[in-house]
Amino acid sequence: MTISLKRLFQSALFSSSLLALSAGAASASCGDIAGRVSVVGNEFPAIHTVTKAAATCANDKVTVKANLTADHQKINLPGMQGNPAEYTSAIIATSSITPLLNGNVIRPLDDLVAKFGQDIPKRQLITVNGKVVAVAFMANAQHLVYRDDVLKKIGMEPPKTYEQLLEAAEKIRAAGIMKNPVGGAYATGYNLGLEFINIYMALGGELFKDGTPTASVKNGQGVAALELMKKLTGYMNPDFLTHDSNATAAEWEAGNVALMNFWGSRTGVLMDKQGSTPEVYENTKVGAPMTIGGGKIPATTLWWDGWTVARNIPDADAAATFVAMKTGTSPAILNDATMGQAVWMIEGYKPAPVNQGVMLTMESGAKPYPMLPYMGLLHAAIGENVARYLSGKADAQTTLADIEAAYTAAAKEKGFLK
Amino acid sequence: MKHKTFLWFFLPSGMAMFLFIAMPIVSVLTQSVYAPHEQVIREVENCTLFGCSKATQIDQEATRALRDAEPMGRFVGPSIYTDRNHLAFAEIAGIWRNASGLGDFFGQVTNLPFYDALSFTLTYTALVTPLSLAFGLIIALAVNALPQLFRGPVIFVSLLPMIVTPLVGALILFWMIDARGVLGAALQALAGDPGLSIKASTPLMWTMLIVYGVWSSAPFAFVIYYAGLQTVPGDTLESAMIDGASRWERIRYVILPHLLPLTTFMALIKIMDNFRVFEPIVSFSAGAHAKSLSYFIYSDLGGETRLLSSAAATSVLTIAGIIVLISPVLVRTWHAFGRVRA
Amino acid sequence: MTTRVADRRPMILRVVMSSFLVLWLIVAAFPFLWTLWGSFKVEGDFFSKADWLNALTGPLTIAETGGSFTSSGYYGAWVQEEFWRAAMNSLTVVVCVVCISLTFGTLGGYALSRSPYRYAFWLLLISLVFRAMPPITLVSGYLLPFFEWNLWGHLPTAIIVLVAINQPFTLWMLTSFFRNIPKDLDESAMMDGCSRFQAFRHVIIPVMWPGVITTGLFSFLLAYNDFAVTAMLLSKENQTMIPKIASFLGTTQTKGNVMFAVSSVISVTAPLFLLVMFFQRQIVSGLTAGAVKG
Repeated sequence: MTISLKRLFQSALFSSSLLALSAGAASASCGDIAGRVSVVGNEFPAIHTVTKAAATCANDKVTVKANLTADHQKINLPGMQGNPAEYTSAIIATSSITPLLNGNVIRPLDDLVAKFGQDIPKRQLITVNGKVVAVAFMANAQHLVYRDDVLKKIGMEPPKTYEQLLEAAEKIRAAGIMKNPVGGAYATGYNLGLEFINIYMALGGELFKDGTPTASVKNGQGVAALELMKKLTGYMNPDFLTHDSNATAAEWEAGNVALMNFWGSRTGVLMDKQGSTPEVYENTKVGAPMTIGGGKIPATTLWWDGWTVARNIPDADAAATFVAMKTGTSPAILNDATMGQAVWMIEGYKPAPVNQGVMLTMESGAKPYPMLPYMGLLHAAIGENVARYLSGKADAQTTLADIEAAYTAAAKEKGFLK
Repeated sequence: MKHKTFLWFFLPSGMAMFLFIAMPIVSVLTQSVYAPHEQVIREVENCTLFGCSKATQIDQEATRALRDAEPMGRFVGPSIYTDRNHLAFAEIAGIWRNASGLGDFFGQVTNLPFYDALSFTLTYTALVTPLSLAFGLIIALAVNALPQLFRGPVIFVSLLPMIVTPLVGALILFWMIDARGVLGAALQALAGDPGLSIKASTPLMWTMLIVYGVWSSAPFAFVIYYAGLQTVPGDTLESAMIDGASRWERIRYVILPHLLPLTTFMALIKIMDNFRVFEPIVSFSAGAHAKSLSYFIYSDLGGETRLLSSAAATSVLTIAGIIVLISPVLVRTWHAFGRVRA
Repeated sequence: MTTRVADRRPMILRVVMSSFLVLWLIVAAFPFLWTLWGSFKVEGDFFSKADWLNALTGPLTIAETGGSFTSSGYYGAWVQEEFWRAAMNSLTVVVCVVCISLTFGTLGGYALSRSPYRYAFWLLLISLVFRAMPPITLVSGYLLPFFEWNLWGHLPTAIIVLVAINQPFTLWMLTSFFRNIPKDLDESAMMDGCSRFQAFRHVIIPVMWPGVITTGLFSFLLAYNDFAVTAMLLSKENQTMIPKIASFLGTTQTKGNVMFAVSSVISVTAPLFLLVMFFQRQIVSGLTAGAVKG
């Protein structure tokens, strides 16, 4: 992993000198294609950059449309099920590709890669069972974010383990610097589910019984994960169950928090000059994700964002879509304004200090988020049930049993379990 | 009115409802008894940016054979309705056998997701419906006493909670009720407890949702009651006064009976709306403390893997719940209709 | 008449009533006024997690913009993000929904109010059950067929769906309204040789406006404030105002965009003020004339 990363950046530095030449010719690089391009995806600045660049391929033979919305997961599957599909491409991430794979609505890209995509670096190609199903263009992960000044005041190094984080939190509270020094996106549902999965996996827990769709979280690691979460929430703002990543970022900017495990893609917002005082944004630093109990695996998961091409569309549209999206994620899109928007997995990307955390995470041996057909069901079951434990309504054993029972009912309905 | 004429008059409205409401209801009913086919899983190797790993995938070829044989899906009868995530018959039977007492029994039952959602939904409906009607009536009586000049602006301000988009209205309120927000801070000062936080406590969150519900639906009751007050027969009122009826007696015996049909109509509409409460829970991120039936449907539909049959079953149960709740009102309307016809 | 009654109220009651009303007006208007004030501040102040007083004094607004008020939220929404396009779409949707709903509703409501048969009651009842369906289930049910038949994303699709969803309420309001118009009116016209439709056109239409205006107001509010249908069924270029505001918020809020949403909310509410001021007399007289009888 480390070696391939280094190589990527060496080649990135090398190719960046060619950028000046190719940038001006961006529209010409789309080549001879004709067809309809229609993209659906989530809405944030990096994806806007991609679709805007893809739109440079539009001419009298090619139409390019984009529908970027927070509801993309609700419409991408039905929008690709029709024939011809409304959307010729969906921008997805590690977890949101599985419904598209399950629904069999995206096409293998091997022939298109062979024809139009020889220059796409191999590591960007996401393969399932040897077939290319998506092309990744950015990476993301949660990692440590800390306030340098606060840690200096209590005389501690940035924590490398959750145990050290708890120790630091206690000291900060005891010193009267902050009442609730720990932050985190612990909102019920998706966010909370992911935090449990991060910690559970770092403790060496397996989410499913070896290769089957049977969930197994009712074990020692499950209890330990819940107990650690409860300890952490003891140092959080009591409203933690309502804090999604937006609210968590706001807490940070208000200077109420000194330590948290947070998304790399959102740290840019914490470090810029808007919405905060110099004391906060100048002292905001990122570090590698933390491990637990002497384990090697850090408590985080790796994520990628990429694009796909629909199955139910004419081959000409598929080719046009492939070329447009390739243009949208080509090195030509990187410039001063777009460089800091994400950890781009594109040649020519130079990591800014804000993105250091994600780079460190990739080198730390963190596991990717599991890409399993039934993972979404378990994630949802965890997210809805852990809150009951954290608010003291159920004990650890009941909570874990509830998670398994809720998942089992859902997986039976979906036909994964008998 | 002749049947044929009736048909032509009713056709446009009927067609719109048939196509866009009746048909989806039929499809939802079907969906709730059919589930996706059993999925054939096979082991594969996936490679991403972060290296390769063993994983599983749905075997599309093998699954397609099943799908082609039964395109509707797998018929499961009522089993989705009775599974753990819905009515949970088997689980309830188990709890009944093992529970130490009635309190323990109800405690464990409301731990089940459907009953958890149902308990909040019923509480919300039972409190918000009468409270918002009562508030609406009092506001209407107060506005009715105002000089004509002030009524326009007062009506507008009173309608504000109803007309400001719930989406953003609730977002702003969410920040206001934060422990450091203006309302949260005011509440802390009132209670004399600086650690008080609405978002951290289940009872306070329920109260907050109910207060928001009353706040946002009182204007609807207000505007309809206010209109109703304009039609109170003046001669009846005056003769009541001549008979020496007190103010309270006039309200009790003249105004309230006059407004009764209105109350029935609004109760009907409001019971339905409140039973489907959804937006405030999302906007207040209240999912940890309060779930409603619609929120339940929303999480089934909004997850990465959408549980369509589960959402369909919950929708049918929601409709059934509403029919049960409004049936007393409907029976009344049925008799009233009989009278009108006669 | 009512004012005369009011004049005779005892002093103490009037004080209690007035102070209740004042309290209510504050409660009703406070969030809106707070938003109006805050829309001229920067995000860090309006949504301050440090101290709510920041929203009033605005230290970050002064630090970031140099003045204590900024119109950057409005500029960003209307100019940079082209909110006016969404406003045009909303105008189209609202006008069409109100017109079509009322046309369908008056015809259907009139028929229901004049039919002596039991099935009229059953139709009303069934339409009420239709209204019990949670809208999110309906909308997610539409997605697949609409995508398959290529109906998804267009304004007419969203309009007809909103009309249909709104029909049960419209029918109930208008049926009860028409019941209050004496049957003798149209029946005598029919005695004189009019057909049913001619009787409706020449006798009923001239007297139905108060009820129609009130029902129209509710249709208007539904179409204007709708989020569930328009967010899921409209493509980006056909987006109406409320989904546009939601897109300013998004799941990962971009700095500054939240203030676009806040300023848009103020912009969206302003026309409603004019509307209510203009129509308040009609709204009330319309409700008076009928719908309110249940």
